[in-house]
Amino acid sequence: MNPPPVITATAPEAFSPATAPGVSTVLAPAAAPDLPELLRPVAPGRGLIGWARRHPAIAIGGVLVLAMLLIALFAPFLGTVDPTALSPARRTREPSAAFWFGTDMLGRDIYSRVLYGTRVSLAVGFSVAMLASLAGLAIGLISGFMRRFDGLIMRVMDGLMSIPPILLAVALMALTRGSVGNVITAITIAEIPRVSRLVRSVVLSLREQPFVDAAVAAGTRAPMVILRHILPNTLAPMTVQATYVCASAMIVEAILSFIGAGTPPTIPSWGNIMAEGRALWQVKPHIVFFPAAFLSVTVLAVNLLGDGLRDALDPRMAKRL
Amino acid sequence: MMNYVIRRILATIPVMAVVALFVFSLLYIAPGDPAAVIAGDQATPADVERIRASLGLDRPFLIRFGEWSWQVLHGDLGTSIFTNLPVAAMIAQRIEPTLSLMAVTLAFAVTVAVPIGVVAAWRADTLIDRAIMAFAVLGFSVPVFVIGYVLAYVFGLQFDWLPVQGYTPFAEGFGPWIENLILPALALGCVYIALIARTTRAAMLEVMQQDYIRTARAKGIGQAGLLFVHALKNAAVPIVTVIGIGMALLIGGAVVTETVFAIPGIGRLTVDAILRRDYPVIQGVVLLFSFVYVVVNLVVDLTYTVLDPRIRY
Repeated sequence: MNPPPVITATAPEAFSPATAPGVSTVLAPAAAPDLPELLRPVAPGRGLIGWARRHPAIAIGGVLVLAMLLIALFAPFLGTVDPTALSPARRTREPSAAFWFGTDMLGRDIYSRVLYGTRVSLAVGFSVAMLASLAGLAIGLISGFMRRFDGLIMRVMDGLMSIPPILLAVALMALTRGSVGNVITAITIAEIPRVSRLVRSVVLSLREQPFVDAAVAAGTRAPMVILRHILPNTLAPMTVQATYVCASAMIVEAILSFIGAGTPPTIPSWGNIMAEGRALWQVKPHIVFFPAAFLSVTVLAVNLLGDGLRDALDPRMAKRL
Repeated sequence: MMNYVIRRILATIPVMAVVALFVFSLLYIAPGDPAAVIAGDQATPADVERIRASLGLDRPFLIRFGEWSWQVLHGDLGTSIFTNLPVAAMIAQRIEPTLSLMAVTLAFAVTVAVPIGVVAAWRADTLIDRAIMAFAVLGFSVPVFVIGYVLAYVFGLQFDWLPVQGYTPFAEGFGPWIENLILPALALGCVYIALIARTTRAAMLEVMQQDYIRTARAKGIGQAGLLFVHALKNAAVPIVTVIGIGMALLIGGAVVTETVFAIPGIGRLTVDAILRRDYPVIQGVVLLFSFVYVVVNLVVDLTYTVLDPRIRY
């Protein structure tokens, strides 16, 4: 980025429409012919390819997320067998033509388990992103608009934020029976404070905007101001935040399942498969490898999507991070 | 200044009170009967009653919370349901490996992350910058246990350079101690490095546009001096802030890293407690780590005035 123009002490006398501040009179005529070269005509690509070239992160992330979504939806039709079918005769087989990803120590087909595991990961990621966004939106709006409650709400959020999210989820899971629903609830509670904080800060800065003042001056009532003027403007940062929440929820779910505090072992999830492969990883690394690879690629895809959306929705932020 | 320090320290009290209230009331607000969940499926009604009594669930909430807070303030974190040992003693036994792991990771991550963040900002929008930022996205995306297994497989099993599990106490010498911690610290540090490097780059880009940087450059200060003395000093506040906030990642990640590398620390204690549903132990660990996190961020807040003398309270 160029440094801001410098206005010298002599600028007021020397100033004329031909010499912009910062461009010395000696250089100005020479610089003019260069302009066409510096500002090459913008040639926006047409169609889907052009769009993808302008937003590579969204394109790559989006395609990968879509692929995972399709895998989750069509898991039964992708050459999988029953992911819970035991077969003690063929335990811990290496990957082969018959068992693409090998088998685990109970003889279950890892390829099928990993594909079905996509369902758990995506369900947890998307549900937590939705629920945490909705709850965070509600809390952030209350905090930003009903200032009486702000102090109390933010103190509670400060307290919740001081508990490291994984430990918070662990504490919640220790007291409930393991189920996908409880995992989603636990991770959502751990994520709400961050979303609420974001919404609150956006609401507080929007409240000072002239268009909100104008709406209030025109006699718009508070609920309508929120609905028409505040909510639409929180949408962009919320979308970006939701993708990050989704990515983080997938990691936390895998971690919870990996340490035995998440999805019950009867449901194949990536964290569970890795937890089962833990004891054998030095001799049979393939059991851990495949779920780990799927998890990493999925989280990476969601993070790329988030980064791409952030850059596309808020170009000012794009330069900074 | 002194006034501010005291006010800031006092401000941590309500935060810790919320943490304590939340961790404590979970027993009461958890859906279903926590005593039955903790007792497990094979428990007799008598077992459930015994656990209910030992958790104090048979007495009123406020009285129980008062007693419990009083105990916690005196360093008594309760008694484990499973081992009947005091939780504080169990944690004290396991604290050294965890503290070592976190200290080594913190030191290593900060030494790596800040320079690469500075380089990324200096060479903004070049191949080096892109590569560093791509690494940062990767660091955010690949979960700590995946990195742990990959590192352990490559450096532990394939090359056989470093041990892949266990822990040697510091008392047995620095060499064996650090040898066991290198791979876990590398694994745990990745996400932390990504976070700090990204923030360093952003803060540096902001500072590099300031007038005083141009003045310093005009005076003929060398590139390294410019970056690491003039610019980094002014970019320090957000960097230190994110180091404090990132401690949450470090604490959560430590639990998992200890599981991957079989380190007998607090993470291992937590995982064992989950399997046995030993809630008092989990409660104690959550309280302790939240306290550590709050204190770290308090210290971070207090360093602002040192890092940036313009900040006055």
